Amino acid sequence: MSKILVLAEHGNGELAAATAKTVSCAAAIAEHNQGSIDVVVFAAGDAAAALAQQAAALQGVARVLCCQHDDFAHPLAAHLAPELAALAGDYSHILAPSSMYGKDVLPRAAALIGVNQVSEVMAVLGEREFKRPLYAGAAIVRVSVPAGVTVVATARTASWAAAESGAVSAEIVSIDAQAEHPAHTRYVETISEGGDGPDLATANIVVSGGRALASSDNFDLVYKLAKQLGAAVGASRAAVDAGYVPNELQVGQTGKIIAPDLYMCFGISGAIQHLTGIKDAGTIVAVNKDADAPIFDVADIGLVGDLFEVIPALQEKLA
Amino acid sequence: MKILVLVKRVIDYNVRVRVKSDASGVETDGVKMSINPFDEIALEEALRLREAGHAEEVLVVSMGSEACQQQLRTALAMGADRAIHLATDDALQPLSAARVIKALIEREQPGIVLLGKQAIDNDNNQTGQMLAALWQRPQATNAAKVELADGSVRVTREVDDGLEVLELQLPAVITTDLRLNTPRFVKLPDIMKAKKKPLDVLAITELQADIDADAEQALQISDWQAPPKRGGGIKVDSVDALVAELKSRGLV
Ligand SMILES: Cc1cc2nc3c(=O)[nH]c(=O)nc-3n(C[C@H](O)[C@H](O)[C@H](O)COP(=O)(O)OP(=O)(O)OC[C@H]3O[C@@H](n4cnc5c(N)ncnc54)[C@H](O)[C@@H]3O)c2cc1C
Ligand SMILES: Nc1ncnc2c1ncn2[C@@H]1O[C@H](COP(=O)(O)O)[C@@H](O)[C@H]1O
Repeated sequence: MSKILVLAEHGNGELAAATAKTVSCAAAIAEHNQGSIDVVVFAAGDAAAALAQQAAALQGVARVLCCQHDDFAHPLAAHLAPELAALAGDYSHILAPSSMYGKDVLPRAAALIGVNQVSEVMAVLGEREFKRPLYAGAAIVRVSVPAGVTVVATARTASWAAAESGAVSAEIVSIDAQAEHPAHTRYVETISEGGDGPDLATANIVVSGGRALASSDNFDLVYKLAKQLGAAVGASRAAVDAGYVPNELQVGQTGKIIAPDLYMCFGISGAIQHLTGIKDAGTIVAVNKDADAPIFDVADIGLVGDLFEVIPALQEKLA
Repeated sequence: MKILVLVKRVIDYNVRVRVKSDASGVETDGVKMSINPFDEIALEEALRLREAGHAEEVLVVSMGSEACQQQLRTALAMGADRAIHLATDDALQPLSAARVIKALIEREQPGIVLLGKQAIDNDNNQTGQMLAALWQRPQATNAAKVELADGSVRVTREVDDGLEVLELQLPAVITTDLRLNTPRFVKLPDIMKAKKKPLDVLAITELQADIDADAEQALQISDWQAPPKRGGGIKVDSVDALVAELKSRGLV
């Protein structure tokens, strides 16, 4: 029977959607042999108890370990990894989301436990057998973890629907921090340009722009259309590198991997590093003035045209 | 201070990677190989730190078969002072790679180890974090800015909700993101000069990194498949038709 521990991610007192998605991945593992799922919340102050409640409401979770400590006001891998490693003895599996947070913390924990990590689990084939992408998604492979070895894995969040949240049903257990927290790493600040629209990682609709927008002023076009549709804004790397939009909007291999119901992209060529970020989108709409742009190979609906004409026309017709 | 930079030999990022028809891996015959793009950025950052007077030596290291000496030569041509090829015919998984580098660190005593945030072949994104754990030193992944002070380094990291700034005591491990810098081009005379720079070869067994036990728990990778193709897309010829299509699918 597998015993699975999920590392909760949270911010501003809210459990991140990535946590509920990781619980779904855990549930797919648990299904294979009636395993159980625990979630561990590391947080500072009063937020810890509230977060534990949120985690306890996720369907499929048996127990929530609530670990409160002042050092957890900001999640530092150097603090969290040894805590996870200290808990590892009780579990067959340790999972975290494949967000920047999970990618930062979990490999550090895996090394302390003494195992390799399975990165970006997109499907569960068995208790210790998974599917994951390699080469920016150009290959999908089966990864098996040998018997007796702790499974440490990140769940590719775009591949998993969020576990439902219902009544608080899991037991909540307070635990003490067990590990030493080295003083060699100091959190200084977070700089977020965060707009007021929906979150790119979880939005149902995403409107994205590429290099073709040619300036941050022009990107307003994308922002306006997004606002009209209640969508989040995304961008290609080229648009981010050119400084048209902040880095957190980048979609792709090294940005966010997303799975909105509708992805509309304007002036994006469709490089593989971009496509790997949207391959789980429901419907992909592409507007590009080059009829041969590779984006049209994956688009469900394509329109060859100039975005500077198409976006205003769309806005008018969707009003 | 010495800066150690890891460079991995990978299929060039411009190559359209194809899975072999027998599902045993990807096609590598006649395929262009390069330095992992994130590692090139790591090297560029190290060179800039040296040029700014923060470091005396930039040491580049690659683990793999003899072929990775090509990438080390390129790294020397870019401006690294010295190279070490840690020779092995096995594809090291991140934990073993981290153990080997940890053993090398004990010999070389670098102040900073710079790695790519991920190798674009296996997309693991693990080695730097594992190294920091084994070395019991601070880590800053996804660096977008690196500022050195006396005995510490301030790193601005790309995170999901923007940028996060950390201050690390040295020695430290830093992994690079794409926006940290734009690597310089290698000029022909530099390639000639690089031929005279030291490139030492060391079998990884000589480092006594204690990786034998890792073999039993190494992840097994099999059944290589091309991803399912998205197909059946349509083209529309006007904004009106696009809007009609979106409406008929209930998307707007
Ligand atoms: C290691 C690595 C990781 C990477 N990670 C990512 C990643 O995470 N995300 C990412 O996006 N990229 C990533 N890239 C970069 C990627 O390879 C491409 O360079 C990038 O996606 C290109 O962005 P783009 O499509 O906006 O620009 P371009 O490729 O320049 O395409 C611009 C497109 O706009 C069209 N166009 C021009 N004018 C108009 C107009 N008026 N109306 C309509 N269409 C117009 C053109 O026909 C063209 O197709 C990565 C690269 C590397 C090496
Ligand atoms: N065989 C190797 N040789 C040199 N550097 C490596 C090797 N494997 C991993 N690395 C370094 O570790 C980084 C992260 O790799 P990975 O964890 O495999 O995604 C790479 O960008 C390299 O800097």
